[in-house]
Amino acid sequence: MREDKPMGEVIVITSGKGGVGKTTATANIGTALAVNGKKVVLVDADIGLRNLDVVMGLENRIVYDVVDVMEGICRLRQALIKDKRYPDLFLLPAAQTKDKNAISPAQMQELCERLRQEFDFVLIDCPAGIEQGFKNAVAGADGAIVVTTPEISAVRDADRIIGLLEASELRNPKLLVNRVRIDMVKKGDMMNTEDMIDILAIELLGVVPDDESIVVSTNRGEPAVGDNKSMAGKAFNNIALRILGNEVPFLDLEVDEGFIIKLIKLISNKK
Amino acid sequence: MDLFRSNMRKSASSKNIAKERLKLVLVHDRVNVSPTFLEMIKGDIIRVISDYMEIDEDSLEVKITKTKSDEGDTMVPALVANIPIKRMKGAAR
Repeated sequence: MREDKPMGEVIVITSGKGGVGKTTATANIGTALAVNGKKVVLVDADIGLRNLDVVMGLENRIVYDVVDVMEGICRLRQALIKDKRYPDLFLLPAAQTKDKNAISPAQMQELCERLRQEFDFVLIDCPAGIEQGFKNAVAGADGAIVVTTPEISAVRDADRIIGLLEASELRNPKLLVNRVRIDMVKKGDMMNTEDMIDILAIELLGVVPDDESIVVSTNRGEPAVGDNKSMAGKAFNNIALRILGNEVPFLDLEVDEGFIIKLIKLISNKK
Repeated sequence: MDLFRSNMRKSASSKNIAKERLKLVLVHDRVNVSPTFLEMIKGDIIRVISDYMEIDEDSLEVKITKTKSDEGDTMVPALVANIPIKRMKGAAR
């Protein structure tokens, strides 16, 4: 083990609502951080409904899981799966046959403390909901990424989660807007990023377009950041770069009003 | 005049409807008020006011919205009651 290495950062990826892309975000941001030379571990905190393993394409390599580590059945090192495709990328899978009550927030906190000594980044894939699984997942985190889609239900749940994160002393969560459809935003049939920032009043970390390449890469078990042609992959890579402290402009997904509409607005404002 | 119509359509676009609905629902979510709680407030208001005036109970409306705070631009929750009066009672005159 490396001596006097600075402590790593523990970030939980959460949303409240299910199906908005927490697991995909965890897999892709983690992979992008590893590609950028960081030592990363992805922790699947969705006990009983694990999926980070299949999204990463590592499902056939699981021997031990996070509950085994906590129960002392194996050592931490034995449960960590090394992703051979990327330097310094590891997965700590969730247990599939247990439930959220198999671990406690205190145990999770202890696990995060151990992992941060060895890794630069510990990314925790939080389960949907606001119950025990959520409480476990956020217990050891220093920071949070709130994932939402431009839907009324997802934004509502994101607002609730932001409140709960603040209640558990996790200040300044960052927003990731996933699955934005540029064509619908242009027609005024989908909320844009500004609308969501306006409502949720938190800092924006990134905007990811709705992209078929995510479905394809998930089918294959290969994170989209490895695909140079994937728009979503590029967006996730930009997010990783921002986490590393770089200033990366947001992908241009916002409404282009066009000349005529701007002219009309100008005229109607003068009245 | 098609241009103006398209501008009007914009304000009623479905994303703006979503945004408005979301803003309203979040006001309730954030202050943690249930519809039952509002009904209780409504009942108490009717009881107190009825001593002084006859009110239209069916059109009485009690809701929580957001309003600009007196100092600065921040938005704060406000309880808004719209109480149509039918007639003042004797004691009030």
